[in-house]
Amino acid sequence: MEAIDVIRSRTVVMPDANVDTDQIIPARFLTTTSRDGLGQHLFADHRFDPDGGLRSDFVLNRPEAEGCQVLIAGDNFGCGSSREHAPWALLDFGVRVVISTAIADIFRSNALRNGLLAIVVEADAHRRLLEAPGADISVDLRAGTVSMPGGGATRFEIEGFARHCLLEGIDPLGYLLSKDAEIRAYEGSHPWTR
Amino acid sequence: MAIQKESSIGRTLFDKIWDRHVVIPETAEAPAVLYVDLHLVHEVTSPQAFDVLRQRGLDVRRPDRTLATVDHSIPTAVASWKNGLVDMDVAARNQVRKLATNCGRTGIRLYGVNNSRRGIVHVIGPELGATRPGMTIVCGDSHTTTHGAFGALAFGIGTTEVAHVLATQCLLQRKPKTLAVRVDGHLQEGVTAKDLVLAIIGQIGVGGGTGHVIEFRGSAVRQLSMDARMTVCNMAIEAGARAGMVAPDDVTFEYLSGRAMAPSGPDWDRAVEDWRSLTSDPGADFDACVRIDASALEPQVTWGTDPGMVAAVTDRVPASGASLRALDYMGFSAGEPLQGRPVDVVFVGSCTNSRLSDLRQAASVLAGRRVAKGVRMLVVPGSQETKRLAEAEGLDKIFAEAGAEWHESGCSLCIAMNGDRAKAGQTVVSTSNRNFEGRQGSGARTLLASPLTAAASAITGALADPRPLLDRPRRIA
Repeated sequence: MEAIDVIRSRTVVMPDANVDTDQIIPARFLTTTSRDGLGQHLFADHRFDPDGGLRSDFVLNRPEAEGCQVLIAGDNFGCGSSREHAPWALLDFGVRVVISTAIADIFRSNALRNGLLAIVVEADAHRRLLEAPGADISVDLRAGTVSMPGGGATRFEIEGFARHCLLEGIDPLGYLLSKDAEIRAYEGSHPWTR
Repeated sequence: MAIQKESSIGRTLFDKIWDRHVVIPETAEAPAVLYVDLHLVHEVTSPQAFDVLRQRGLDVRRPDRTLATVDHSIPTAVASWKNGLVDMDVAARNQVRKLATNCGRTGIRLYGVNNSRRGIVHVIGPELGATRPGMTIVCGDSHTTTHGAFGALAFGIGTTEVAHVLATQCLLQRKPKTLAVRVDGHLQEGVTAKDLVLAIIGQIGVGGGTGHVIEFRGSAVRQLSMDARMTVCNMAIEAGARAGMVAPDDVTFEYLSGRAMAPSGPDWDRAVEDWRSLTSDPGADFDACVRIDASALEPQVTWGTDPGMVAAVTDRVPASGASLRALDYMGFSAGEPLQGRPVDVVFVGSCTNSRLSDLRQAASVLAGRRVAKGVRMLVVPGSQETKRLAEAEGLDKIFAEAGAEWHESGCSLCIAMNGDRAKAGQTVVSTSNRNFEGRQGSGARTLLASPLTAAASAITGALADPRPLLDRPRRIA
């Protein structure tokens, strides 16, 4: 995984609360056995008409959304299904950061494991981000800060181990594999695991 | 939401199971390494995980602790099976084939396409006795919370973590918080576990359980059957919770006794003795607590596009404060009565409500009646075993005589990626778990309800309160 330090980008704003992973990528696209190329299906039912035409009014289809890597999302983003296809689709589309006031547990975990920064900020900072679509901001993972439109910065917390892995580009599976002796010892001392 | 801290000493059910499975305790720098007793695998969220193992030259560490089945993308229509599944989507077919290859190569037991114990992963785990109290259980599926009904710690994971478990039988986890949902009183006639859990989600909200493991407790929970407890725990994720749990008791042990993978003989006695210790200590410390009076509940139905947008079936869409986007999608007006909403499709099935008692409930309403003209009703058992048991009781005949379709098992119209799908603009009364936009087909409108309410609506041709239809002596449930 690629190491992440600072991400600078304009923002795209989707204020709806409780955007579920069925919206992010509908189930009919989950018959794939690959994790690649899912960006074309991102928010498919919102980006496209039933006949496949682009819906020009949907925020991600507007010209100003082009190249935006930071999505300012509503509360409880990513709720619902555990499909990792949701962060895969966002990343493939070019989204590298999602900022909200709350992010659903499984989605957040999936996002961080794939190098998609899923960040929670305080309500006041979130409101300022919502009110400034297209703002140029920077997200500093090492410092744990998001620069605010019009100046200043707000802090965010990311679980320490996930942060370490993201900063260093480390795959957590390698860490788990390095604990083989401890896992063996556990299995040896817990009869039900045999 | 009445949250308060319950203070005093003692460990919760969750604490006890968590502590037993800690391989390496968590520190400020690293999450706990948590041992997984049972890993359930299905076709949709596993292929990329097996690829990771193959790319890195890793073996599946414990194929004996891993069970696989096909459920999400498998067609359920009888005609489809009669034709040898020739109408199955090419990509879905490839996915199913890939699971068989992956399982064959790694020695994982697969309940595959032609296996007589195939079914929805959250139905067959308990049915086989693979799901047992005190276990840690994970699956690349958010409704893994279902298994918590047995007093297990069970939760959904993503595909990267599926690879972690395949390779190491462990997960990196921060310890979640605990939320006690105490349900007192008892459910009235015609009010089911589905209505209870919808009411709970309505009360705490779709994000109300985020970061928490819920323990469902109280006298009303103790009175629930295992099927009903599974319905409740299944939808813990719809409140955003990491997991839902019910402490095991005699109801649990009776359900498990004699199941294929449950212990037997002296092992059974030892197991039950241990399982009896799996309750929250008196005065155990929960991070938050919510109370609900089951006696006051009426049948519930969702009117919006998340499971928290819910009301009593006798009630109306909120007159104010409802999401305009949700109302627009659903074709509801603010303040409109719920009963009487015309229905196009009725679905009884899914990992929430496809077990034998759910099918009996639907049949109790349908017996001797007809599905209304113009309504398509699908009844989809959760597993092939459930299908056989239902047929042995003659439930399939009741459904057929009523004009409902009786299907092979699978996820079916809950996820609409297997050929079963509703059309844009159609209203579906569904016993499944998610009423998200497009969940049952692009533009389809889902009203979540119990099997009783679903069956009553099928007969009426419009959303209906099941209680007036339950007054006959031939009621089965």
